[in-house]
Amino acid sequence: MKILVCISHVPDTTSKINFVDNDSRFDTNGVQFVINPYDEFVLTRAMWLKEKQGASVTVVNVGDTSSEATLRKALAIGADDAVRIDTVPTDGLAVAKELAALVKQGGYDLVLAGKESIDYNGGMVPGMLATLLGYNFVNACIGLDIEGDTATASREIDGGKEILATSLPLVVAGQKGIVEEKDLRIPNMRGIMMARKKPLNVIASVNDEQATASASFEKPAPKSACKIVDADQLDTLVDLLHQEAKVI
Amino acid sequence: MSVLVVAESSEGTFKKTAFELTSYGKKVAEQLNTDLVALTINVQEPEQLYNYGASKVLSLSNDGLTVFNASIYADIIQQAVSKENASVVLIDSSANGLYLAPVVAAGLNAGYASNVVALPQSVEPFTVQRKAFSNKAFNNTVINSPVKVLGLAKNSFGIVEAPVAGSTEAFSPSIAESGVRSVSVEQSSGTVTIADADIVVSGGRGLKGPENWGMIEELAGVLGAATACSKPVSDLGWRPHSEHVGQTGKPVASNLYIAVGISGAIQHLAGINSSKVKVVINTDPEAPFFKAADYGVVGDAFEVVPQLIEKLQDFKRNNA
Ligand SMILES: Cc1cc2nc3c(=O)[nH]c(=O)nc-3n(C[C@H](O)[C@H](O)[C@H](O)COP(=O)(O)OP(=O)(O)OC[C@H]3O[C@@H](n4cnc5c(N)ncnc54)[C@H](O)[C@@H]3O)c2cc1C
Ligand SMILES: Nc1ncnc2c1ncn2[C@@H]1O[C@H](COP(=O)(O)O)[C@@H](O)[C@H]1O
Repeated sequence: MKILVCISHVPDTTSKINFVDNDSRFDTNGVQFVINPYDEFVLTRAMWLKEKQGASVTVVNVGDTSSEATLRKALAIGADDAVRIDTVPTDGLAVAKELAALVKQGGYDLVLAGKESIDYNGGMVPGMLATLLGYNFVNACIGLDIEGDTATASREIDGGKEILATSLPLVVAGQKGIVEEKDLRIPNMRGIMMARKKPLNVIASVNDEQATASASFEKPAPKSACKIVDADQLDTLVDLLHQEAKVI
Repeated sequence: MSVLVVAESSEGTFKKTAFELTSYGKKVAEQLNTDLVALTINVQEPEQLYNYGASKVLSLSNDGLTVFNASIYADIIQQAVSKENASVVLIDSSANGLYLAPVVAAGLNAGYASNVVALPQSVEPFTVQRKAFSNKAFNNTVINSPVKVLGLAKNSFGIVEAPVAGSTEAFSPSIAESGVRSVSVEQSSGTVTIADADIVVSGGRGLKGPENWGMIEELAGVLGAATACSKPVSDLGWRPHSEHVGQTGKPVASNLYIAVGISGAIQHLAGINSSKVKVVINTDPEAPFFKAADYGVVGDAFEVVPQLIEKLQDFKRNNA
């Protein structure tokens, strides 16, 4: 099995979100970038497949040089090699086209990605990639078993879950559940040393069409102060919720 | 040209969000000076959508389609797009909608904006506002492709009646094969899901243990709300994982979110930012949640919640 794990490089969840250049660009100043949390779950799942069933694991990012540290971290967690497709990712469809070219060329039969990137929250690259490739696709995956060419996957649905039967070649967009949080691999010293020697290949972009473009960013309007209601005056709270907030 | 809305249903009846999406679609169609067409699959009363502005409904009935399948549904939507010459396709942010939309977009070589929160700011260029950075900001996105796919964020528009004289047409597209098959569905019945709920009552570690959730469930019961929890609560096994809300759990976009004994860590707030009105009940006036909330009660949940339940019961009796 040849596994490709798609890694997006995103600001750490605690980052201050600010914009510069007339609110056209995210301010990366002082921001720590990490492997997208959803991608960490699928990367660990890929490691298990490699160890228990035998597979090669390549990690890929569509991005500029700034994401190489993130790819090195994925190598330290145990991926065999890394690919960076050299272009700034701005549109989900464009990213999916870059990835599709790599999957075709590399013959990957299982592509693991996260449910969404926590920066743009697009939730689009994996489904688009599967469609461009004609691969089967499971979204919001919370459990995955693979035997030979067949796969059983569960996905989260509103208020429950659905079990799906499918087969390779397959794209899976995963989240917590595909492995649990306690199982997440973190790089150890040996892994970090080994990662330095593993290949990180930079390849050129193949697509120059962008279906969408970011025009500007905005921050939500500042919120008015919290109204404190006395714990002995809960009638007031009920009144406020009914008359002022109109939510009950 | 037209705007196509994919109106979601469950067991033959529309989901509430189908009316919201249709209401939204009507306004987009007005902005583009065109008509709104709705696509329904196995719905008994498709004409309900006339009331929200759909002047044409493509009604597909097929026993083979009772279970959702993303690639088959996407293929059907693409056929509807070409039949109706649609330039904008609107899809819900339900679990199925989020599965479907990128598949539809890639099939149409269309730009896709998910989590859209408002009507297009302009149609030339076609610019929409969507959530980004886990609700900490908005991004104004321009879609340049001839066909545009939009996913409307939950509870961001509301239901607006705009009755039109409509017509319903039987639709019989070709049905594709899929390499993905549904084996079984496990759904908790009877209780309101976090995704569908107008009100969510959520408990944190301040509640001390799973044995104390009775009052949370009771409060939710009075309000017709769904129950939720913070991450440590589900990690400790006090509540099921499906209730975990936040950055790494479920997003909540309810009208009212009541947080009991939750400190308001940034990762928790990231998941609830798009709830309209937030109430916090916490013993610690310094808890960060008070900065994010609209209404707060500084007090012990074990005293406040039972009293609040009583007051709400009184309120319901008086307003019945
Ligand atoms: C990468 C990452 C991702 C994370 N993702 C999430 C996520 O998705 N969702 C999430 O929730 N957390 C998440 N967390 C954890 C988050 O940082 C907090 O640790 C967590 O939200 C705290 O949960 P809590 O408020 O229930 O507990 P605590 O922080 O322990 O707070 C308990 C609160 O209860 C109050 N209290 C105590 N007794 C009472 C009483 N009798 N009555 C009323 N109030 C009382 C206390 O004053 C306190 O404010 C994440 C953390 C990391 C690092
Ligand atoms: N620039 C990128 N490079 C590699 N993988 C990506 C990139 N952007 C998104 N992905 C993958 O697609 C998933 C969903 O991202 P998105 O569609 O951007 O929300 C992520 O969790 C990654 O696995």
